[in-house]
Amino acid sequence: MRAAGASGIVGFRIILVTEISVIAVLDDPVRRRLYDYVSARGDGVSRSEAAQAAGVGRTLAAFHLDRLAEAGLVEVTFARPAGRSGPGAGRPAKLYRRAAAEHHVSVPPRDYRTAAELLAEVVDLTGAEPELQRSARRRGAASGRAARRQAPGQPDDDLVTGALTAQGYQPYRDGDDVRLRNCPFHVLASSHPPLICGMNLALLEGLLEGAAVPGLSARLDPRPGECCVVLASKNNEH
Amino acid sequence: MSRYHLAELNIGTARAATDSPEMADFMAGIVPVNALADAAPGFVWRLQDGDGPGATALRPCGPDIMVNMSVWENLESLRDFVYRTGPHLDFMRRRRAWFHSMAVPYLVLWWVRAGHLPGLDEALSRLDLLRRDGPGPQAFTFRDPYPPPVPAEAAGVHL
Repeated sequence: MRAAGASGIVGFRIILVTEISVIAVLDDPVRRRLYDYVSARGDGVSRSEAAQAAGVGRTLAAFHLDRLAEAGLVEVTFARPAGRSGPGAGRPAKLYRRAAAEHHVSVPPRDYRTAAELLAEVVDLTGAEPELQRSARRRGAASGRAARRQAPGQPDDDLVTGALTAQGYQPYRDGDDVRLRNCPFHVLASSHPPLICGMNLALLEGLLEGAAVPGLSARLDPRPGECCVVLASKNNEH
Repeated sequence: MSRYHLAELNIGTARAATDSPEMADFMAGIVPVNALADAAPGFVWRLQDGDGPGATALRPCGPDIMVNMSVWENLESLRDFVYRTGPHLDFMRRRRAWFHSMAVPYLVLWWVRAGHLPGLDEALSRLDLLRRDGPGPQAFTFRDPYPPPVPAEAAGVHL
């Protein structure tokens, strides 16, 4: 038992060290701005676009983007400039997008994922989904009220996108709708989709309710690689 | 084209009769959700009966237990429909309003030869197998999937 315990600790240290060095790559303000921009965009971002967004020169942006790629935080693809192909079309441009891998560091060691997976399994088995959805709705409403209290005069749109950004959803406009680039519960949503997507929907319904935003309604509309919920504009409802 | 297709059976104990107000939203959703399935990439076949929408009138496991059975080209196409199609995912989110939770598996997946349409006896025996032995190549789940069988003529051939 003792030996197994000891090797477990060694294994944990190795993972921790690797994760820390990945995250340490972000410990630079320019690099973090570049990462935030690439991460929120979703599609491939060119060096010039990223440089402009981060307010730095193209060469400096290229250096930092490549460091992010080496660390596995962003992925690189190559694309030819639109409308050009064949010999003489020039070198394909490097495009950067957020990598799929997740990185967690907890010091001292904590393991909320195992606890969350076990709890999800039990909610599934016992059919406690309606209770989970009610709790999630209450919690979402509390966060919506808090956001409204902090900025009472803010326009609804800015209030919602601000609250969603703070909670890691990476919201973006899609016509009148608000879509969410990132699922904050990705691992659990993959293992228990109806349970976690239902919980997430209830959180966001609660958020809109608590923040008193009548112009949007949350519904399930999964798209590949994004959150399963869309905040649909009520202007579009017929 | 793969030689094997994926078959799926899932059963649920309804909380009330199909013509009751509690089940009204479920019954109203069956036809449009089934239409989405029929049009989904990879859809092959689903069980239907003449009396109710979908297979809702069939009761092979008891008076309150509804069944749903379908065949798909592969696991990904079924997964995409079940978990990544808005109206179906929303149906699943609300399932506890209509169906009791079960402490034993209520969904089973297994591979069938392309062209074979499984009967309910075959499907229910796969569910029994899953409940008795847990997930394996003959009967498995989304969370513990198994690959399609390797055809006998291809097995043991070294390239």
